[in-house]
Amino acid sequence: MFDELRQLYQEVILDHGTQPRNHHALADATCRADGSNPVCGDMLTVYLKVAPDGTVADAAFEGKGCAISMASASLMTELVKGRTVTAVEALFRSFHRLCTEDGYVLDDAEEDADRLNVLAGVREFPVRVKCATLAWHTMNAAMSGNAETSTE
Amino acid sequence: MKTADVLEGANSMLAFDVERVRADFPILHQEIYGRPLVYLDNGASAQCPRPVIDSMSEVYETIYANVHRGVHHLSQRSTDAYEGAREKVARFVNAESSDEIVFARGTTEAINLVADSFGRAFLEPGDEVVISHMEHHSNIVPWQLLRDRAGIVLKVIPIDDSGNLMMEAYQELLGPRTKLVAITHVANSIGTIVPVKEVARLAHAVGAKVLVDGAQAVPHLQVDVQDLGVDFYAFSSHKLYGPTGIGVLWGRLDLLNALPPYQGGGDMIQRVTLEKSEFKAAPHRFEAGTPAIVEAVGLGAAIDYVTGLGLDNIAAHEHGILAYVTAKLSAIEGLEIVGTAEDKAAIVSFTMFNAHAHDIGTILDRAGVAVRAGHHCAEPTMDRFGLAATARASFGLYNTREEVDLLVEGLMLVKEFFG
Repeated sequence: MFDELRQLYQEVILDHGTQPRNHHALADATCRADGSNPVCGDMLTVYLKVAPDGTVADAAFEGKGCAISMASASLMTELVKGRTVTAVEALFRSFHRLCTEDGYVLDDAEEDADRLNVLAGVREFPVRVKCATLAWHTMNAAMSGNAETSTE
Repeated sequence: MKTADVLEGANSMLAFDVERVRADFPILHQEIYGRPLVYLDNGASAQCPRPVIDSMSEVYETIYANVHRGVHHLSQRSTDAYEGAREKVARFVNAESSDEIVFARGTTEAINLVADSFGRAFLEPGDEVVISHMEHHSNIVPWQLLRDRAGIVLKVIPIDDSGNLMMEAYQELLGPRTKLVAITHVANSIGTIVPVKEVARLAHAVGAKVLVDGAQAVPHLQVDVQDLGVDFYAFSSHKLYGPTGIGVLWGRLDLLNALPPYQGGGDMIQRVTLEKSEFKAAPHRFEAGTPAIVEAVGLGAAIDYVTGLGLDNIAAHEHGILAYVTAKLSAIEGLEIVGTAEDKAAIVSFTMFNAHAHDIGTILDRAGVAVRAGHHCAEPTMDRFGLAATARASFGLYNTREEVDLLVEGLMLVKEFFG
């Protein structure tokens, strides 16, 4: 009973969800964007510091939300550090597939990307997919120079 | 009526038989994720009983046509049914006349109607409209739009930490520029019952009119607009076990007839030339275009249904549930009830540990329990309590103590994850 719930609210999600990493503003960010999900009222800001060579030197976020959105933002900011912008864009696409495609998993060969697999449980909760992807859409907007984005 | 029916009716007055009531609601008898559905989102929309559903099917199957237009038989019968619903609404809120009953799409449109028409007729730049800190967005945003358009001043009555309206502060807000007090009867997010009669008395003492948002009140309380002494009263059908798409604006007839039309179109005019138009008197002046005919009949059936059960019986049943759920939830570690006013309807907003309302909502959903999670279209109220969101269980006439126990069981899962 409640297996899907236990799959969704795993230890890692609850850990990152209640004590998110990189949860602060970034004074020397080179780009930032605000994201919102009007359905639940969640709002967050994603900051990236992109080095001249196109590598993400630092990433952080501010905002409050549910355990899923906080955990996703927390893991995201950890994973994008050190990746090139091109690699981050690829990771975003993979993550989107993870949240929506049955059976899809991220490969551990790709520098810890498999850590995101804990969020795959969100597939069974279609209304919560936006919670998991909000930070990622916001980061995408920041990288492409849009200051605001919304899940709507 | 047969003797047996009379006796049965008498019995239902003596003891509110919730199991018999539940049998009237087809939607309640289903499983969600293998668990019995526990529907506790009545504050958003209440479910329709069989007589309401049947009343609307019957219109479509037997008498449906446009109203107020045709000389043909069906149009006449549809008009009778539509106007009959207006009569039922008038009796339900104890209006002096059914001409005081304007059908709108819902509470939101009814309030927008007053903001627009009353605003144009009676409000000058600098005039003041008073609302409270526990309004639904539908009783905030229309006034902000009017403020930006017409230069009125919007003032807000504070609430205390329990969610009670602060009456002394309210009195201090009232003054010679106060033209309208627009206030909720029951706060949708925290359940507070506002002492509307006293609010109206004080407003009238400074010459202001009073509009009441009764969306959450009509399913829980016997509303008598004359006794309340207010000037406008708005509510929606879909929170009163009726269909969506229809609601009511009651207004004092002299006041309604002093207001300009809200929308222009067919059915609201006396005569139209290419140069100008003359408008009908209330209520038709405010009902441009083909109205929600079938839904009005559904609302009439919903009113028959709740008055058949007896609003006092419903209120007593719901108060029993409220006392039970308040005691049960208060005993749960990590759970905080938001809104603990002395006088409350059966609405319980809460937070639990550091779980976000949406996580609580998802977990309860898998346990078969439907609650609202979020800001409840009352963001300023959430801000008042320093919260972004709460989970809200709102109870209706068909809810039981056993369902409260299932809610509590679901909350144990929240504790398992977030405790």
